[in-house]
Amino acid sequence: MKKTIFACLVSGLLALPAAAQVNEIKIVGNGQIAMAVPDFRGAGGAQSYMTAFNSALFEALQNSGQFRMVPKTMMPLQVPQQPMDLKPAPTPTTKGSGNYLSDWSSPPANANYLAFGYTAEKDEQFVLYGWLYDVTRQDMTSAQIIGKVYFGPLSDDGAKKVARDFAADILAIFGGKGLVGTKIYFVSDRTGHKEIWSMDYDGSNQKEFTHYGSITTFPIISPDGTKLAFLTYARGIPDIFIHSLETGRKLPFYNPRASMNAPSDFMPDSQHLLLYSSAGGGYSQIYLADLDGGNLKRISNSRSSDVEAKVNPKTGADLVFVSGRSGLPQIYAMSIDGINVRRLTDGVGEAVNPAWSPDGKHIAFAWTRGYEPGNYNIFIMDVATREFTQLTHGAGRNENPVWAPDGVHLVYSSKRGRATEIFTMRADGTGQQQLTTVGDNMKPVWSKASN
Amino acid sequence: MTRKVRFKAVHYGATAVALSLFVFASGCKKKVPPPPPPPPPAATTPAAPSAKPTIDSFTVEPSTIQKGQSAVLRWSVTDATDISIDHGVGPVQSNGQRQIYPTDTTTYTLSATGPGGTSTRDVTITVTGAEAPPPPAPVTSESVTDMINNDVHDAYYDYDKSDIRDDARAVLTSDADVLKKVFQKDATVNVMVEGHCDERGSAEYNLALGDRRATAAKDFLVQLGVPADRLKTISYGKERPQCTDATEECYQRNRRAHFSVAQ
Repeated sequence: MKKTIFACLVSGLLALPAAAQVNEIKIVGNGQIAMAVPDFRGAGGAQSYMTAFNSALFEALQNSGQFRMVPKTMMPLQVPQQPMDLKPAPTPTTKGSGNYLSDWSSPPANANYLAFGYTAEKDEQFVLYGWLYDVTRQDMTSAQIIGKVYFGPLSDDGAKKVARDFAADILAIFGGKGLVGTKIYFVSDRTGHKEIWSMDYDGSNQKEFTHYGSITTFPIISPDGTKLAFLTYARGIPDIFIHSLETGRKLPFYNPRASMNAPSDFMPDSQHLLLYSSAGGGYSQIYLADLDGGNLKRISNSRSSDVEAKVNPKTGADLVFVSGRSGLPQIYAMSIDGINVRRLTDGVGEAVNPAWSPDGKHIAFAWTRGYEPGNYNIFIMDVATREFTQLTHGAGRNENPVWAPDGVHLVYSSKRGRATEIFTMRADGTGQQQLTTVGDNMKPVWSKASN
Repeated sequence: MTRKVRFKAVHYGATAVALSLFVFASGCKKKVPPPPPPPPPAATTPAAPSAKPTIDSFTVEPSTIQKGQSAVLRWSVTDATDISIDHGVGPVQSNGQRQIYPTDTTTYTLSATGPGGTSTRDVTITVTGAEAPPPPAPVTSESVTDMINNDVHDAYYDYDKSDIRDDARAVLTSDADVLKKVFQKDATVNVMVEGHCDERGSAEYNLALGDRRATAAKDFLVQLGVPADRLKTISYGKERPQCTDATEECYQRNRRAHFSVAQ
């Protein structure tokens, strides 16, 4: 009798949540606000830029993950272009053709908010007159949330800029972290050497940031968006460099005396750096250091290669990391003090490249589960339950997934054929968009909007 | 004292005395003094024939010098009117000496000319250290760089492993011998042990795995007596593949420890 109870107790203690595959993990943020964004029209010379404007405006609001976008087919036929086009309905049930607020708030549109306006050419500029209305109001006078004029160059890029400015103002109303203004840093070899590059969240404005003419890779960004750390062979050995993103200049960093030092993650205070290094004399282990490399403190303790430690951005109290301590690389979790080590992936294949979601509850990572060595797919796992979902299903290489600041999107690299390119997608696997096309591009990281 | 009169023809003198005595003996008549004996014929010097010049001596002291040192030529000549020595010494007197600064082994010839003809004599001074530079070492003798690049062979590893396999053990044992010779030959060169990986794993994990492979190879060599302070290690992860085909053969070629001259 005693024996049985004891056995039950023991097995109960050892029972960890099983790592189970589920079909869907709901990542999407506050998706309950219904936003209606019809196509705007342009007067005179502005009309030729409206395709660019309308797709940029719609996508910026859709990609934020903040709204349920009203399908354009569900919208009333008459689209207002300025406030005088809208009137209060004579009775709550009177149906108009789009000239009543209630036409927008009732079925089939069922919108909460309506973004409308028109564009024109003025003094050789592209001008937007834009409004955001709460269409659930009975009283017209309190419906206006935004009424503003926006200016930009008279071109497709100018139209896109104006659209994004308008979207940013709308997103600011809802306190959501949109993607507008955020930047992606990544590695590209298109110059003949691997260097760190930057681009906007939609792939525009791709610019070379480092010029070391060596092998420069593994970029990471501080949470406050002011610093970029990376690995480079510019001094002959794999070393950590840090650059200011405000000045572009290299900052002093004293590398540990080791054959190998690589940057891992900035701490949430942006004042400390996690790194992995062979400073201990044998295997690569996880260390914590000050921003200048001082106060080096060892965190992991294994006779195996420990790499890629990433700190929980919400708590700063625990890490996920990659270790070969049980054979092929797997993803583990442990506290920032190096205790309470537990394995998250189940030992099948190779699991690498973990990245935390902004809410500190999920990780995205690359796993060869179900495929040959080298064939990675992007997975997401709930760290507490260890339930995971597979997002990509290709036979190529899908690696280095990183969350966008909005907690909804991921950026990652994918090798489909000869070249490796950078893609974004929603964290449910939908909406894949290719951002790069020239050379091999990889290891993206997403920084918050700077301002 | 009796004057000895030398006559070539002494017998004439004897005949004259004999004649005069005969005349005296034959009659003591009033004698007519005998005619004086004919004077002896004049003693003329016979005409000497012309003789060749004589080089009494022609020497160099010392006879062997090192390049950059000097020596002295000495000579003594008779019966010559024109005396000269070659190799820039030029016309000289019958007796003399001259300091010389030959840069190579040289044979000096003294020529003495006179009415009787010309005589010559040679003397040789040996100059050491003035040989031509030795020829370049024959092709079979390797430079230290060649030894490192050609004779220190790669050691190969299994996937995700840094263990020294049996085949790697044999390669590294041979490499140890070559490296010991390299380090004896050259007191300053250092060797870089590079760790590499195939392209399938992640770049981040492969950076660490390459470091393990380089360290494992170095440790093995050090155990065999290769000096540790002459071996440096570096990991290139999968950043420097030597082939890029997606084949097992290429993957194995990349999973290696490679040796190069450390910069």
